[in-house]
Amino acid sequence: MALLELRNVTRRFGDLAAVDDVSLAIEAGEFFTLLGPSGCGKTTILRMIAGFEFPDAGQILLDGKDLAGVPAEKRPVHTVFQSYALFPHLTVAENISFPLRMAHHDPADIRRHLKDALEQVRLTGKADKYPHELSGGQQQRVALARALINRPRLLLLDESLAALDAKLREEMQVELISLQRAVGITFIFVTHAQVEALALSHRIAVMNQGRVEQVDVPSRLYSHPRNRFVADFIGQITMIPAQVEQVGRGHLHLMVEGLGEIVTPLQQSVAAGDKGVFAIRPEQVRIGVQAELAELKNHFAGEVHSLLYQGDVSVYRVRLPNGTLIEALLPNSAPGGAELFKVGAGIRVGWRHDAGVFLHE
Amino acid sequence: MSDGHERASRSTRLTRWLVSGPPLLFLLLLVAIPGVIMVFASFRYPGDFGGLAPLLSTGTQALHGFTTETYRFFFSDFIYAEVFIKSFVMALATTLICLVMAYPLALLIARSPKRSRNLMMLLVILPLTSNFLIGIYAWMILLGPQAALNHVLNVLLGAFGVAPARLLFSPVAVMIAMVYVYLPFMVLPLYTNLEKHDPVLLDAAQDLGANAWQRFWRVTFPLSQPGMFAGFALVFIPAVGMFAVPELLGGTGDIMVGNLIKEQFLATRDWPFGSTLSILLTLSVLLVVWLVAKLSARGGRHA
Ligand SMILES: Nc1ncnc2c1ncn2[C@@H]1O[C@H](COP(=O)(O)OP(=O)(O)O)[C@@H](O)[C@H]1O
Ligand SMILES: [Mg+2]
Repeated sequence: MALLELRNVTRRFGDLAAVDDVSLAIEAGEFFTLLGPSGCGKTTILRMIAGFEFPDAGQILLDGKDLAGVPAEKRPVHTVFQSYALFPHLTVAENISFPLRMAHHDPADIRRHLKDALEQVRLTGKADKYPHELSGGQQQRVALARALINRPRLLLLDESLAALDAKLREEMQVELISLQRAVGITFIFVTHAQVEALALSHRIAVMNQGRVEQVDVPSRLYSHPRNRFVADFIGQITMIPAQVEQVGRGHLHLMVEGLGEIVTPLQQSVAAGDKGVFAIRPEQVRIGVQAELAELKNHFAGEVHSLLYQGDVSVYRVRLPNGTLIEALLPNSAPGGAELFKVGAGIRVGWRHDAGVFLHE
Repeated sequence: MSDGHERASRSTRLTRWLVSGPPLLFLLLLVAIPGVIMVFASFRYPGDFGGLAPLLSTGTQALHGFTTETYRFFFSDFIYAEVFIKSFVMALATTLICLVMAYPLALLIARSPKRSRNLMMLLVILPLTSNFLIGIYAWMILLGPQAALNHVLNVLLGAFGVAPARLLFSPVAVMIAMVYVYLPFMVLPLYTNLEKHDPVLLDAAQDLGANAWQRFWRVTFPLSQPGMFAGFALVFIPAVGMFAVPELLGGTGDIMVGNLIKEQFLATRDWPFGSTLSILLTLSVLLVVWLVAKLSARGGRHA
């Protein structure tokens, strides 16, 4: 049985369905991420799990028991708020031990737990400081320690890293992963940053306008997006309008107007005549001169439209004969620097027959 | 860099003086100078017909120059200290009653929808738009022996076998009117403070297991410490020196230090003693405010 289950949960604000018929099952010990653009309903889902919002329809079950009617303070669920929400009038130690004091633990017990918690987030020396005396990263760790000290069944993190600068954010990502592994508590993490979601999560639910578009492990989400929204939201991808010409053994044959035939792996529920797009990641596309790409099933003539040099890699945009711009990513790993193709140069682009996906309209 | 820095700081210094100059001048003319005059006056002898006796001997008047006579006089008889103590107790009680009444009101307004908050605050300060003396006269009628209030009270007292009591010209009447006068001054700073509280802190407290009672006492109350202190200062300081309310609603035994001072200047015409009382009043009020500030700073810390 899943630790947390959402069954057809809907929450409306006026005419807007902020959360629209969402069903999810989250297993114990998972690092689960809700990923989606701003306003897609992620916070509303967290608030319903925490007990600050209530579903208009559907059920939320924790350990198989319906949470309806259980007030927020009685749920074994804690939240790390985006602004951290540390109590400004309490010290680090008082903030962290707050949940234990609310539950009337005895002082010796509190002291012992506090010591462990401070060590866990490396804040032992800061116990008597006030939140405003700490850096952003330290405040973040106080919020984490406070939410974890009485070992909730579930920890909810709402855009918890968004307020940190890029470098600190990366450090905190690593710390968050190891912390979750150490405490073994189920994390539900909310973010609109796909890179963060891919780096942190065991599984990701991609959301759009209150609905869940796809739930999958990060690698599968990246390589096999179920629809155009997911493909577009996660990573870079080029989409070329295409029609299924023939469903072969192990392969799909797609027809692209003004370009020709593309061979791509077989997928379920695709039939000849279906219309949609062929989608391919930049790192799957290779560019070069005729001879280098000869062994590839799919290759076409093209012209370098623009080039973005990024140090480790170069991103080329190549115009295909039908006018489509396709992105190709080349690692600059050759010794002595990258051999760059010039803008305007006539080249060849190609990709393997097992690359890319066909997505319905 | 240091050059530009200096020029910038010189111009900010000028701006600072231009901005703070007029109020400083105002305070100097109307607070500091009269204060100094009072201090000097308190060490003088009273004049024959009010005012002060001359500094230098004119031959016709025996008493002249400086003296500590008025201070010795104050401490020679306990009745003056008693008036002080009574005034402070009255003022503290007024402040506490105002606090207890204003807190739920301020909290209610601060947690109301934004649109209705301003209207509610307007209603709170509405009594201030008419002179408070008019309100006091209204209380004279309301608390009078013919009024329903006193009648109901006596019926209740009678039911318990207690002799009928008079509301008007009693400390109770003074207290009721003082609370009436000062309540808005407690609600205002409390509301201003409570309205600023980040609601996410209450969510966080609830999320971490705090029930409604704990959320109030562990989060809202300590964070409102500065608002409570501001309200205390705004109510307590003027309440100690209040003379109009006890004069109109209090009995003859309910004299407060404000009345005593007023009497020295207007009736007894003993300006030096009036000045002495004023100075001792100012000092003792400052002492109490300082003590409360210390206490609330320890409780409220970084709130
Ligand atoms: N209390 C509320 N009242 C009205 N609309 C709300 C409320 N909370 C959220 N919404 C709306 O619901 C939608 C989803 O909000 P939210 O869950 O905060 O999205 P996210 O966290 O993904 O950015 C948004 O359009 C937002 O404006
Ligand atoms: Mg949000």
